[in-house]
Parts: sequence; C-alpha cells; structure tokens
Amino acid sequence: MYKQPDQYGHFGQFGGRYVAETLMPALLELDEAYKEAQADPLFQQELTHYLHNYVGRPSPLFLASRLTEHCGGAKIYLKREDLNHTGAHKVNNTVGQALLARRMGKRKVIAETGAGQHGVATATVAALFGMECDVFMGEEDIRRQALNVYRMKLLGARVWPVDSGTSTLKDAMNEALRYWVTNVRDTFYVIGTVAGPHPYPMLVRDFQTVIGQEAREQILAEHGRLPDLAVACIGGGSNAMGLFYPFMGDEGVRLLGVEAAGLGVETGRHAASIGAGKVGVLHGNKTYLLQDEDGQIEHAHSVSAGLDYPGVGPEHAYLHEIKRAEYVSVTDLEALDAFHLMTRLEGILPALESAHAIAQVLKVAPQMSRDQAILVCLSGRGDKDIHTVAEAAGMEL
Amino acid sequence: MSRIEQSLGSLRERGEKALITFVTAGDPDLATSEKIVHALVEAGADLIELGFPFSDPMADGPTIQASSERALAAGTTLAGILAMVERVRQHTNTPIILMGYYNPIFSYGPERFARDAAAAGIDGLLLVDLPPEEAGEFQPFLRAAGVDLITLLAPTTDKQRMTRLAEAAEGFLYYVSMTGVTGSQQVDAESIRGVVAELQETSRVPVAVGFGVTTPEAARNIAGFSDAVVVGSALVKIIATHGRSETLIEEVARFVKALKKGVRSAVP
Repeated sequence: MYKQPDQYGHFGQFGGRYVAETLMPALLELDEAYKEAQADPLFQQELTHYLHNYVGRPSPLFLASRLTEHCGGAKIYLKREDLNHTGAHKVNNTVGQALLARRMGKRKVIAETGAGQHGVATATVAALFGMECDVFMGEEDIRRQALNVYRMKLLGARVWPVDSGTSTLKDAMNEALRYWVTNVRDTFYVIGTVAGPHPYPMLVRDFQTVIGQEAREQILAEHGRLPDLAVACIGGGSNAMGLFYPFMGDEGVRLLGVEAAGLGVETGRHAASIGAGKVGVLHGNKTYLLQDEDGQIEHAHSVSAGLDYPGVGPEHAYLHEIKRAEYVSVTDLEALDAFHLMTRLEGILPALESAHAIAQVLKVAPQMSRDQAILVCLSGRGDKDIHTVAEAAGMEL
Repeated sequence: MSRIEQSLGSLRERGEKALITFVTAGDPDLATSEKIVHALVEAGADLIELGFPFSDPMADGPTIQASSERALAAGTTLAGILAMVERVRQHTNTPIILMGYYNPIFSYGPERFARDAAAAGIDGLLLVDLPPEEAGEFQPFLRAAGVDLITLLAPTTDKQRMTRLAEAAEGFLYYVSMTGVTGSQQVDAESIRGVVAELQETSRVPVAVGFGVTTPEAARNIAGFSDAVVVGSALVKIIATHGRSETLIEEVARFVKALKKGVRSAVP
C-alpha cells in the first residue's frame, strides 16, 4: 500500500525540511497540530461544513460531450473545481489551513501567490475567520493579474509587491519565507501548493484529496467504472496531487501530470521541472528544479502565472521516480488553443493552468477507444486570464 | 582538534573574544574578494566567513541579497571560490568557513565538495537551509574530510532542542540573535545574555552571536558575554558603497580595526 511521506516528510529521496533553524520549531509545532486535528472528529466536521456550505462542494463531474465528440475517442469527464467559491481548487486548501491556524491560536496569515488564485483564496478565508492577511506577489504577476490583486484588496488583505529575481512566484515565496522568519511567532504561513518544507506537501495534498475522492465516487456512478486516465496540470502540483491520491492504488488508472512547456522545452523558456530539471533543494524541500550547472535556480516561463515556477512538489518527483505517474508538457500556444476550443465547444472558460491539462487531453483522447474514459481536473476558471488571452490574440481590452 | 577550535580556543584561554567577519565571495569580483580577505586578516579578524552566492537567498535581507546578485553577475562559482581560498591559505592560518545555501553544494556533489573544500583549506561550513534533521546526507563526508559543520541556533529554538544541538556542536555555535533575516534591526544585547550563558555551559565549543551587529559599540556589548561576534551586513554595505574603487580596501580595514578594538575592549 502506498504510504508517503515518512515521519520526516521524505518521499523517497525527495521532500524534507530544508529550512533555517528559526523556522524548524514552527514546522514541528505545525506537524503536531496537524496530527491532532486529523484525529479530532470535530475538526473534520468543521472542515466538511465549510467545504459543503461555503466552498459549495461537492463540485460536479461533467461529461464534456462536444469535446469528446471533437476528439472522437475516450469520454472526457471534467472535475469542475472551477465552480468552487473563488473560482479554483485553491480554496479547498486555504479553508483547511485557516481552520488549523485558528486551532493553533494564530490570527495572522501570510501567503505567496502566482496567478493570484491562492492569494484570493487565502484573503477570502482570512475575511471569513477575521484574520489579518498579507500576500506576497511578484510585480510581473501583479501586472498580469490585476483583477485578482484588486479582489485581494477588497477582501482586506495587504498585497506586497516583490521585485527581486524574476518578480514571479518563486520570488514571492522567498519573500514570504523572509517575512515568516521575522514574524514566525504569531504568523501562520498558508502555502498554496504541495511544495515547501514538511508537513506542507502532505498537508496540502490531504486538503486537496477531496477532489479525487469525490471524482472517484462520481465517475463510478456515472461511467460505471474507474477512468482509464486521470489528467491534471502541474505548477507545484496541488490539484494534481488532490486528484491522483485516491487513485494511487488503482493500477488500471494511469496518472498523467502536465507541466508548462512555455515557448517550448528546447528554447529553455519553460516551466517543465520534471521534464527538464535536475534534483536540488529550494524552498524547504528536495525536488526537481530548473537550475544551471552551478546549482543556481533558473527562470521559469509560462503564459500561465500559476505554472510559472522552477520547481515541483516533492511527491510528484517521487511518483515520477517510481513511475506511478507520467509527466509531459504542453506549450503556451497549445494551452491557448485548448482554452479557445473548450470555450467554444463547452461554454466553459478554463483557467490557463487548467487549459494545459485540456491541451494534453486533446492529444491523447483521439488515440483511446470510445468506451474508455479520461478524468481531467478543471482546476480553475479562466475569467482571471481574459487579458492574457486577449493580449496573445493581439487585442486590447 | 580543528583549526577553528584551536584558534578560538586559544583566544578563549587568554580571555579574549573573537571577531568573525562575513563578506560575500565574488562581491564585487573574486580578485577583489581575495584582497578583501587579506585586509580582514591584517585588520584583526579572527575567523573569516565567506558567503557563497545563491540565486534565492531566502534567509537574507536586502543587503546580502544584493551582494549575492553582484557576485553571481561577476560569474562567481563554488569552484572559483575554492581556488581563491587555496591561494589565500598559502599566506594565512586564520580559519576560513563558507556560508550559504545547500543547493549549489548539492549540485557540486556533497562528497566531492567536502574533499575539495578540505584540500583548499576550508575549515568549516555553515548552511542556512540544512538543519541537523537533513544533515545526515552530507555530514559524514565533511567528517571524513575534517571540515566542521557549524550549528545554528535561533531564539525560537526550544530548550530541549537547544541542549541537544549545543552538545553535538563542532567548531563553534552560531547563535542567531533575532527572529529575522540578515541585516535586520540592531540586536538588544541584554535580551540574549542569559541564553548565551546557558549555551556556554552546555557546549564544549565557543558561542558566537550574529545577525544585527552593525557597529563597534554593539560588537563590544555582545562580546561582553559571548565568545565571538559576527559582523556581516555592515561590512557588505561598505563593499557595496566602495565597489571596485581604490578606497575599498582602506575602508574595509578601517571598519574591521574599529570592530576589533570594540571586541578587545569588551568587559564581562
């Protein structure tokens, strides 16, 4: 049976707690608090209450008939995380972490954000629970995601522009860690993906597992059996981990993660950490990273701000190594094409992140038979990306 | 006994306090760094701490972030730094340690690095993001090569953990004076006097205090109760200001002499 990570947060050679000593006690405390919360039926009840009545779970499973027809192969089922409150899967995790923060008596939360979805999801639960909220966001992403920046401000969060390095998600995470080191005693760091030091990769996975648990039941009910393939996009990889985890023991279900190939992996301007990176240590964990021969971290690139990160969650690195999941990548252009096709055929605007998963489905569905099924996580909605899509099409809004 | 323990130990026996100076290797370039290191030794630094640059210095404030960027822009690599230390080592017996983040070393190859560092005359290594929990994959190589892995302790470290880590420490213990990044506000010496005394009781190696020590007066106050004082960001600022100008070495030497005087005049 699959049981990862070990008690120190290692997934095989990956994961761990590579942090400054100042943060170690906070991580040990969080690990303890999380174990207690997991064992406490009241915590679970509370979590379920908010997931149902605030987030709007369970999210539907939708058979995309016209997309299926267009591909002429396997049935394509969409797990509709785009319909969650705040418009993406991110809120599953922030509700969980905010409840944990409250339980630990922390009234201040911080977060890093790329596309702004995690920042919005954190600002949202901070408003809900009456917490102070500071969000760190790269200046380049602030430019790309102006709408989400304003949403966070409306929700009462302070948004800190980060202009170091590449001014994107990686640098926002550096800055959040610096702030956390300084304010660790009263501040809870709400990490948005299955990365960072232990216990974050495990804890975020667990909170996102609701995606796969629901989808498993739903597809059994609608399709009569498990899917042949489960597909999700990978930045850090939280929606993918949440989708994959409940299928880990189902050998007949292929798991497929889709990284961002940006302008093309061969151009060097991409975010395909598993596909083209090397093992290293960054942001508290050991995993695949984009780095040069001296171990300096390289710039990632993706049209999707949420995938624009030079690393990947350590559990994905592990699943790649043990070959339980496969990882491929699709380019900016392929993702944009998938965005348009999905919008026209299904009346659903996918987030550019999720459009990467759809683009891969468009490649594999035609090669599968009509009685097979693909389960794809539609991790978020694309309203936030309309400016980027228009810009790519040479239009000004 | 390592060069670090010998050197700091003999100061301790004489009742003297040690001055540890930090600069980023390769800022503004390695040739200048080499001159800076000689100047530090001549001006009285008892231990040289050389930062090796990383693209993502998560525990550093703006001053050292910027110096890391300058060093990387100048093409600084670990191999280049080791070669520089090897040259410096011909002229001085002062202990030299490297400080930085784990990834460049992981990329270099931990075993190969431990060997090459020892051969170059490096005495110790301080890795911000390699806590004892993760050090098992690297420390055996350092032990075999005779390079100390310096332990960091922080104000958030609880008593039990502190005792455990202090007992196992080698070289010296580095007490981070405040919760924060490097180059933060001035540390309040009185607030840490008690914990430093406890560490000195527990640990067989000297206790150094760093983070937030920016002036000769502050160095004197801290040296009043610690075995050693680390000054980094304040020195890096001088390098940032004077860059490759001719006055740089002179300014560095002047500041370090003043620090040394402060440390020497510390009263327990």
